[in-house]
Amino acid sequence: MSAPLLETRALCRRFGALAAVCDVDFRLEAGARHAVIGPNGAGKTTLVNLLTGVVQPTSGKVLLKGRDITTVAQAQRVKLGIARTFQINRLFRGLSVLDNVYIAVAERVGAAPSKFRPAGTRRDVVEESMRLLETLKLADDASRRVSELPYGRQRLVELAIALGLKPEVLLLDEPAAGVPSAESHVILEAIDSLPRHIVVLVIDHDMDLVFRFAERITVMVGGAVFASGSPRDIGANPDVRAVYLGQTGHG
Amino acid sequence: MVLFIVSVGLSVTMGLMGFINLAHGGFAMLGGYAIVLAMKHWDLGFVPALAFGFVATAAVSVVLERLLYARLYRAAELDQVLFTIGLVFVMIASVTLLIGPENQPLELPRMLQGQIDLGFTRYRTYSVVLIVIGVAIVVGLWLGFERTRVGAQIRAAVDNRRMAESLGIDIDRLFTLTFAFGSGMAALGGGLGAEFLGLDPQYALKYLVYFLIVVAVGGLGRVTGVFYAALLIGVLDFVLKKYVPQGGTMFIYALTILLLLWRPQGLFGGKAT
Amino acid sequence: MTSPSPGVAEHPAARALAGRHRLRAWEAIPWALALTFYFAFPKHLGFGTEVLVTILFAISLDLVLGYAGIVTLGHAAFFGAGAYTVGILAKHGLWNEPITSLVLAALVAGAVGFGSGLVLLRTRGLTLLMLTLCTMALLEEAANLGHEYTGGFDGLDSLAIPPLFGVFEFNPLYPTTQYLYVLAVLFLCFAFVRTLVYSPFGQSLTGIRENTLRMHAVGSPVPARLVTCYTLSAAIAGIAGGIWAQANAYVNLGTLGLDRAATVLIILVLGGHGRLYGAFVGAVAYMALSHFLAKVYPAAWQLGLGLLLVVIALFARNGILGIGEALGRRLRGTRAVS
Repeated sequence: MSAPLLETRALCRRFGALAAVCDVDFRLEAGARHAVIGPNGAGKTTLVNLLTGVVQPTSGKVLLKGRDITTVAQAQRVKLGIARTFQINRLFRGLSVLDNVYIAVAERVGAAPSKFRPAGTRRDVVEESMRLLETLKLADDASRRVSELPYGRQRLVELAIALGLKPEVLLLDEPAAGVPSAESHVILEAIDSLPRHIVVLVIDHDMDLVFRFAERITVMVGGAVFASGSPRDIGANPDVRAVYLGQTGHG
Repeated sequence: MVLFIVSVGLSVTMGLMGFINLAHGGFAMLGGYAIVLAMKHWDLGFVPALAFGFVATAAVSVVLERLLYARLYRAAELDQVLFTIGLVFVMIASVTLLIGPENQPLELPRMLQGQIDLGFTRYRTYSVVLIVIGVAIVVGLWLGFERTRVGAQIRAAVDNRRMAESLGIDIDRLFTLTFAFGSGMAALGGGLGAEFLGLDPQYALKYLVYFLIVVAVGGLGRVTGVFYAALLIGVLDFVLKKYVPQGGTMFIYALTILLLLWRPQGLFGGKAT
Repeated sequence: MTSPSPGVAEHPAARALAGRHRLRAWEAIPWALALTFYFAFPKHLGFGTEVLVTILFAISLDLVLGYAGIVTLGHAAFFGAGAYTVGILAKHGLWNEPITSLVLAALVAGAVGFGSGLVLLRTRGLTLLMLTLCTMALLEEAANLGHEYTGGFDGLDSLAIPPLFGVFEFNPLYPTTQYLYVLAVLFLCFAFVRTLVYSPFGQSLTGIRENTLRMHAVGSPVPARLVTCYTLSAAIAGIAGGIWAQANAYVNLGTLGLDRAATVLIILVLGGHGRLYGAFVGAVAYMALSHFLAKVYPAAWQLGLGLLLVVIALFARNGILGIGEALGRRLRGTRAVS
């Protein structure tokens, strides 16, 4: 059993008296397809924020390939190979789709600090960005301003940016959120066709997506890990069903 | 003390509405003018004139808020800065054109003139009165914020607007109310302070930097914070002018920079940005 | 990876991006106009020089405000730093060769920008605004205090600026040399800024402005980028201050004042920020208007300016160029952004 790629140890994040995430031991193995589910407020997004460095833990550790990255800043973690998409799109809305991806790729290959050669003459960056857009079937929209696209296509741009960073670990926070069901299959296909060497973690509420995609599922409730296992185990787990049924019961 | 009275309104409106209102000094100026002119032309007494100034300025501010400010609540910071600078220019220019650029003297009622013997030192009556008023305002505001429902709503909205909205608090009305109150306070400050700071159209900009410093240092939305900050700045200014007449203002700027770097949310401010 | 699929580089979007930086024909217009002005209005060259200096100053602000999104009311700190560098060196007989003095002005202003940027740019919003204001005010007070060196309130006048290259004299009564000199400096600095803006660095600044959080999330060292941008902008503002001092043979506290800082902000917004040429349009429009109106009807000028600002903030936040763009789009119908 190989060492985990990304793991947390006793990770804890408090906001005042509220423990958003509490004593979480979490592992992502190489080649994993992992999903995190749980009722609202269970701490899923906070977990991703902790893994990516958007938020610092109150206690506990985050390790990447065995190296302690708990105090490493978000931008640095991206350089180390962790990328994410946000639950609500964070795009450069006034710029074109191509520009959005260009910026990410340029950062990755180190072209961004270059000051004296025009951006467009970095053929390598431009071509890589276009190829990425093609794989996500966004090439036709490459010139369009992001704000003009329907939300579902914008969500794809969000994914494109993350892929442009060539991450080893990809964290997707509700990738299909807000996407009309007629368009969501594009996103699902994109996630399905992600290369195997990338470790993918998905947070979502959509059980179809989760059970179709995941090889391993972690359930979080109230900031702690409630259950963890294969989709079959989780699906059959009576406590998990109670948690979800209990939630819907309260409405 | 005058600093405090004017600044407290700014602190609350900026803290609550997240709106950079550089025109606040303009409201102080307008209020001051209203008060002085009411006394001069309508023979109003000092206190009624103050009340008039408060109400009149608050009314004007409500109109401006509903018509103009409200459109910019979600706008970029730059737009808010531009808008309020433009508004101040309009205010200053209007007053200059309508009334004239000269300083408006304020005649204090006889009761407030002269000096009081405090036992250990003689002090200007008016200064003492101002201090008393200032403290009264602090106490009144503190009670108002801490004890009344409206106060609680304001505090809630300052801390977390979205949550307050979801609790059913009518943010729009709250904004208007607070803005009116803040501008009224500015007017009071303008009138009360006319004796010390003078009153001319440039008033709006001359002291703007000081108001902003007091608010930034004291913390947005914190009445007590603004009080202490105003006290601090006021005392410092006084002491420095006496003992280090040359470098005084420089010291205040340097101190402000250091304070803001150490605590960007103000000495007593709540959330860190 | 396999060889690139044919046609990716031919995609219209890719080609548009590749060609974005190319010079367009109309970009020669401002320079043609400036030269025409030189020959057409020899009696107004002093005014013209002032406009050119303001354009340069506004361009430096655009780099920081229009492209990186930093709202500052204290940019005159760098203008003044450059002006005083030139002034102090010249007045005290230390050094006054024009071009090297400019280089020194840029270095000093850039250093001030670097130092203050490192410290200030960690904050945002009102705090940052206040800090920029206070820094500038601090410098102004310091200049006032150090009046043995800076001339205090009266400033330094009658600066002795030797002829450019030993040949072209700076005659305050016939500012022909000044005008062309400033125009040349403006051209060089503008070329620099234009290159910067179209580079990947400039692209990343736009990213920071559009969505700072996202820039962090793509691994961009945002604080470092901001400080670099701020430093470069400060250096250019310092050059503007330096040539102002040289052209006027004079320096005073006004170079560090809130008035100058606020005016350049208004000018940039009026013309259109984030658009390179907004500085040109704004400076010409503002200074032409103020030249005629401000002296004759100062209160009315202020009223009009105030109303204009209110209107811009509410309806025309992208200034004159923005209005022009919107009209252009309306006329051409919806078009893809290239």
